[in-house]
Amino acid sequence: MTVVAELPGISRRRILGGALATGFVFAFHLPVGAAGPVQKDSAGERFAPNAYIRIDGAGQVTLVMPQVEMGQGIYTAVATLLAEELDADLAKVALEHAPPNEQLYANPLLGVQATGGSTSVRAFWTPLRQAGATARAMLIKAAAEQWQVTPGSCSTTQGTVAHNESGRKLGYGELVEAAGKVSPPRDVALKDPKDFVLIGKPLKRLDTPDKVNGKVIYGIDTMMADLKFATLAQCPVFGGKVAKIDDEAARKISGVRQIIALDDLVAVVGDHMWAAKCGLDAIEITWDEGKNAKVSSKDIWDHLRAASEGAGVVAKSVGDVAKVLNFGETYDASYEMPFLAHATMEPLNCTVHVTPNSCDVWVGTQIIARAQSVAAKVAGLPEDKVTIHQHLLGGGFGRRLEVDMIAAAVRIGSMVEGPVKIVWTREEDIQHDIYRPIYRDSISARLSGDKVIALKYRVAGSSVIARWLPPAFTKGIDIDAVDSAVDMPYDIPNFQVDYIRVEPPAVPTGFWRGVGPNNNVFAIECFIDELARKANKDPIAFRRDMLGKTPRIRHVLDLAAEKSNWGQPLPPRVGRGVSVQPTFNSSIATVVEAEVDAGGDVYLRRVTLAVDCGFTVNPDTVVAQVEGGMIFGLTAALYGEITLEKGRIQQSNFHDYRMLRIDQVPKIDVHLVKSGEAPGGIGEASVVGGPPALRNAIYAATGIALRRLPIDRQLIAEKKSWL
Amino acid sequence: MATTLNINGQERSFEAPHEMPLLWVLRDILGFTGTKFGCGMAQCGACTVHVDGKPVRSCVLPVGNLQSRSITTIEGIAATPVGARVQKAWLDLEVVQCGYCQSGQVMSAAALLVSTPDPDDSDIDAAMAGNICRCGTYVRIRAAIKQAAAAQKA
Repeated sequence: MTVVAELPGISRRRILGGALATGFVFAFHLPVGAAGPVQKDSAGERFAPNAYIRIDGAGQVTLVMPQVEMGQGIYTAVATLLAEELDADLAKVALEHAPPNEQLYANPLLGVQATGGSTSVRAFWTPLRQAGATARAMLIKAAAEQWQVTPGSCSTTQGTVAHNESGRKLGYGELVEAAGKVSPPRDVALKDPKDFVLIGKPLKRLDTPDKVNGKVIYGIDTMMADLKFATLAQCPVFGGKVAKIDDEAARKISGVRQIIALDDLVAVVGDHMWAAKCGLDAIEITWDEGKNAKVSSKDIWDHLRAASEGAGVVAKSVGDVAKVLNFGETYDASYEMPFLAHATMEPLNCTVHVTPNSCDVWVGTQIIARAQSVAAKVAGLPEDKVTIHQHLLGGGFGRRLEVDMIAAAVRIGSMVEGPVKIVWTREEDIQHDIYRPIYRDSISARLSGDKVIALKYRVAGSSVIARWLPPAFTKGIDIDAVDSAVDMPYDIPNFQVDYIRVEPPAVPTGFWRGVGPNNNVFAIECFIDELARKANKDPIAFRRDMLGKTPRIRHVLDLAAEKSNWGQPLPPRVGRGVSVQPTFNSSIATVVEAEVDAGGDVYLRRVTLAVDCGFTVNPDTVVAQVEGGMIFGLTAALYGEITLEKGRIQQSNFHDYRMLRIDQVPKIDVHLVKSGEAPGGIGEASVVGGPPALRNAIYAATGIALRRLPIDRQLIAEKKSWL
Repeated sequence: MATTLNINGQERSFEAPHEMPLLWVLRDILGFTGTKFGCGMAQCGACTVHVDGKPVRSCVLPVGNLQSRSITTIEGIAATPVGARVQKAWLDLEVVQCGYCQSGQVMSAAALLVSTPDPDDSDIDAAMAGNICRCGTYVRIRAAIKQAAAAQKA
């Protein structure tokens, strides 16, 4: 794949129609612009019918990627959607990162130019096909006019228009000038899915060849003449400041060029990262730790637990929960989720070159327009003086939806003559994350026989939406924090969801792969398992009886039950656990089989998933995302927890913020349901179901109902009793 | 200190402190950015290269100890038959997601297949457990190593 970093002014936008509105995504109406699409530049004439497609006189097709590639395969999916309807040769297209431009490239489901929320294919499924089809229609019309035949008598394949009767052919490159003069059709027909030649096929990814030979350039690999290297220490207590520094020893270190002390951070610039790091280590920094200096995890949890007892805002109400719960025996439980760091494999980094009149930023970001905006603000320059050089991302997971690293880098870079690459150490990356919030969920239900007749679910936790996308935070409800609760698939006649916003002291919170549904589905699916036991029913049978109104979920549950050998005997202290979820418009059932040894260690034996994510653009990418997402979620379930003591994050690197490794990962069988429904999100969906399914497997294996993540080995070791 | 290393078959001389880890020499002085920084403490394997054919974590390996040794990085591994087979298997099975850890994964896998041409699951576990993949590509890494091993036998 050729990824060209720079994009000279794309002319205009058009396209884009209705969006799916589901869960925490919204339909934003994007205005349809006029076309007028011939451009001339140093490369000669080219046809640019919309913001996603350019074709030059040599027939080279360049596709502009509105969503960023962080491993989820979206560059291949975007190119597939465009090339399918354009009838371009996918093997020969060049891909280009979109520049910051909210007008042209805003995500139709989020309203901002962002890649997140598993929205990419859902948001762009129709607009990109329309973009491809529109361009194709214009090329056909140009050829037909030249041949004086009807457009209907022409066909296209692999970048060529043909007139079937006469056998005449013209390559797209030969039609660039004429096509640019054609008015774009308003309502272009899209292909019938049965005619797809690319969509739905397990095509090879376009971004992977350079990822196995060392050629790929992530933001952290930025190199240029006269580049200096820097690393930084931010105040270890959030909100604290630099009081004073003693840098005498650091100045003597060979290769150290500059020491920069700002309000809340110290950076060392050197000839290479090693000099910068040695220099930083040699500086004695005295911090003024500020008001958070004494905050510990216990304080934060006490605060959340107390606040979670307060009154919430009703996010959904069906029937009359209060009436049913107040006049009968209820079953009650609370579930708690820890802070989590993102730990992208590519540590945070940002390269900047700030001059009085310009600011260049080399970075991989999920939110490029906001990156440009913050860089401009910090540098004191208009946005058009800031150039963001986008890169492939070495993991995003929501961390790169934030721009704190860009603001810090521009502040440092403003003090440096020439370009400087600022790389966060892993310790700095873990200890200055923007963390997945802690949540406390309380659920009450009433059974009548083996039927759930009322269920009240209350989630208390930080609102990421209120900070990150304020217009979407209305009436005190964080739509992400309740996303998979309000969409809960079970048919329960009296059902209510409440939300209580509780912001933790001393810890910034942000989106983390799987977002709100991670918490909702964990609590609900753990609780349903406990109810099933109380009703003395098999967990799958119990769920199935309540899924009459959600047939896609019921179908994947049946499929997962069959494929996982549900009900077949297992050895002692081995259990199977199940979860179902309606997340991101995809229906998934997960069965985890796990063993708990006498010491409380958990061994993953097998994972089986049944997935109905609607129409799939690339089934192999979907399976890869499901496999990887499962491991991401199980990693958190087994190990993930960020804690504080005296205002400082206690974890620092992979020895104390652990990841699952290859020797712990079992067979993962993914069964895709063929579907013609609209595509659902998948990049985050399979993160969600693993933790509750694992917890329910442990429940089955030990009889112990864990209500908190990560899994506490002490509680499930044989010699300890349940507290 | 002046040091000379043979990197991917070519002699490279440079000035660097004795204790400077090979990783930063490769990346920041010599421009071999294919080798990745992940943790700085030999916990994640992203920085794996070969020294005289053996896999090492370059983030903790002082360059002063390496005078005249042969280094192979991800940029040079395709020149070995095993390395080329591993890369092909990686692409055939579409192992890669974000890709940031994959230089290290490929280097560890190539070293495994040289020492153990027909690895079983426990050999793979032992050789690859030092390489973290945050995207969770482990299932495919295992399959790709087996495919590369089968190609080696064929």
